[in-house]
Amino acid sequence: MTRTEILVIGAGPAGLSAAIESARAGARVLLIDENAAPGGQLFKQIHKFFGSREHRAGTRGLDIGTQLLAETRELGIGVMLSTEACAIYPGHEVWTVCEGKKSALIKTDCLIIATGASENAVSFPGWTLPGVMGAGAAQTMININRVLPGRHVLMLGSGNVGLIVSYQLLQAGAEVEAVVEAAPEIGGYGVHSAKIRRAGVPFYTSHTVVEARGREHVEEAVVAALDSNWRPLADSEQVFAVDTICLATGLTPLAELAWLAGCRFTYIPALGGHIPWHDKTMQSSIPGLYVAGDIAGVEEASTAMEEGRLAGINAAASLGYYATERREELSEQVRQRLAALRSGPFGDGRRSAKEEILNA
Amino acid sequence: MPEQQRRSVDTLSLKKSGTPSLKELKSTPGFPPGKILEMGPLAVIECVQEIPCNPCETACPQGAIEVGSPITRLPVLKAEDCVGCGLCVAACPGLAIYIKDYTYEPERALITFPFEYLPLPGKGETVTMVNRLGEPVCPGEIVRVNRSRRNDRTTVISAAFDKRYFHEVVGMARMRRQ
Amino acid sequence: MWRIEHHPILGDLKKQKKVLITLDGEQIEACEGEMVAAALMADGHRILRWTKKNDEPRGIFCAIGRCTDCVMIVNGVPNVRTCVTPVEDGMVIETQKGIGSWGKIE
Repeated sequence: MTRTEILVIGAGPAGLSAAIESARAGARVLLIDENAAPGGQLFKQIHKFFGSREHRAGTRGLDIGTQLLAETRELGIGVMLSTEACAIYPGHEVWTVCEGKKSALIKTDCLIIATGASENAVSFPGWTLPGVMGAGAAQTMININRVLPGRHVLMLGSGNVGLIVSYQLLQAGAEVEAVVEAAPEIGGYGVHSAKIRRAGVPFYTSHTVVEARGREHVEEAVVAALDSNWRPLADSEQVFAVDTICLATGLTPLAELAWLAGCRFTYIPALGGHIPWHDKTMQSSIPGLYVAGDIAGVEEASTAMEEGRLAGINAAASLGYYATERREELSEQVRQRLAALRSGPFGDGRRSAKEEILNA
Repeated sequence: MPEQQRRSVDTLSLKKSGTPSLKELKSTPGFPPGKILEMGPLAVIECVQEIPCNPCETACPQGAIEVGSPITRLPVLKAEDCVGCGLCVAACPGLAIYIKDYTYEPERALITFPFEYLPLPGKGETVTMVNRLGEPVCPGEIVRVNRSRRNDRTTVISAAFDKRYFHEVVGMARMRRQ
Repeated sequence: MWRIEHHPILGDLKKQKKVLITLDGEQIEACEGEMVAAALMADGHRILRWTKKNDEPRGIFCAIGRCTDCVMIVNGVPNVRTCVTPVEDGMVIETQKGIGSWGKIE
């Protein structure tokens, strides 16, 4: 049995940040991830982040990832990759399976679950054809694997994921034939939409994909206009010749481990659905078990990093590594940075949704 | 600067077509005043929504861009302080800033804009300049291709074009890969 | 060509050590350490398996090991998630039909 003080499950931006803060406080930290490489979805974010200097604004996501990994190494944080957490027992005992071959039971004082979120699917006839994939999947193929999933893409969904991945598909050498959005307005930032509009990509708001056609692979996407009740209008169908349809239709927290552990949940659609309840220190309903990042509500990488830091600071403090005053001081700094990231018309909805969790 | 002008522009064009209209832009504090035509190179900041973001303010060595607090406020361009150096062009994560100079030549204006595609054009090459909808507007001649490491892989390109199209041109079309 | 040789942000694809894998008997050159699904995609293969009930083609969907749409038979073992399995020299990959089998119970 391996013994540690703080076990962080998930080495994405939230988990890395949590591990770093815990280690900085002086705690013994172990970081595990089911993937062969750390970083979660951070290394495929090749665009420059928003925010302020303290949020690392202007730095590309992949470079932030490299910085976080360097800090992890400098602090001597133990990292176990290809390691899946399969069960959480009372007393914070976590059964893990490493490389699908060996198992290890890890006993820890505090647990931080930062397992992120996964993409939602939208079904329509033909959606199972090769060539229909999540927008994040296309992003993984082009930015991590450096392979084009196709040459002519239709993007369904105009939130920031759909807009950013469309831009990155253009950078990778594909053509984005259209961005289709069911709502009457484009969901993501205007600067993202303007960037791809400038590249000639058209937007179709109040439209949706009603069918993917092709014999063994996507060959065409059929798009229809929607009426005010979100129903396809007869005779409004247009056909796009594409080989790829990307679905950028939201994410849902990967919260199975929190369910297994017995955490109390609350349902908040604006943040992706079932969210493990947590207080303002990111502690769940189970003492010593913290959550951070997209699992605690789908937002963005910047907020994931801040929530990770908040969880790390408070987990370490709960073990005596910070006095109350220092814990509060550090936590307040993080909360202010989080508040800044959740401000403005785009952030307001998330801010009030996160407040809803605290009051649930 | 009245605080109302620092707030998001309620834009129908932006939310449907993906790009703000010129009318929507002219009411934002990052868009230079009418006298841009006489002032030499000036930054044009097409940032119309309140997003928490301020690298433009941090990047400007002249202090010509002001965001302040909270960082969701729309950036204000202080035209009289802007020297058109172009550091903000690569600093903006949204690639929403370019420099325009109406006074560049008697017949031609100069635009300096961010470009993150391949292939890159060469100096002296003729390219297609585009408007906000990505539609071709007129040819442009590449004057400079800036790949400074300081810009962190955002190439900053300067192109000269017929100044009759001054207000329409916002960049160049992507070029075909060989 | 499906590989992105030159990228405006990621730069030029560095020379990588090649390995040889087979897909349904056909030899394919792959880059050491890359995911099986990516190697196949780079070679123009997008159909990874056929479903049991309706014999329909499937390819990648999530690409991060969550959805299992990408499973194939790897070195005789079925239901291997190819989007999170790195290639190895000499790896034998087969398009999976249905649920695959591990061999019969005698």
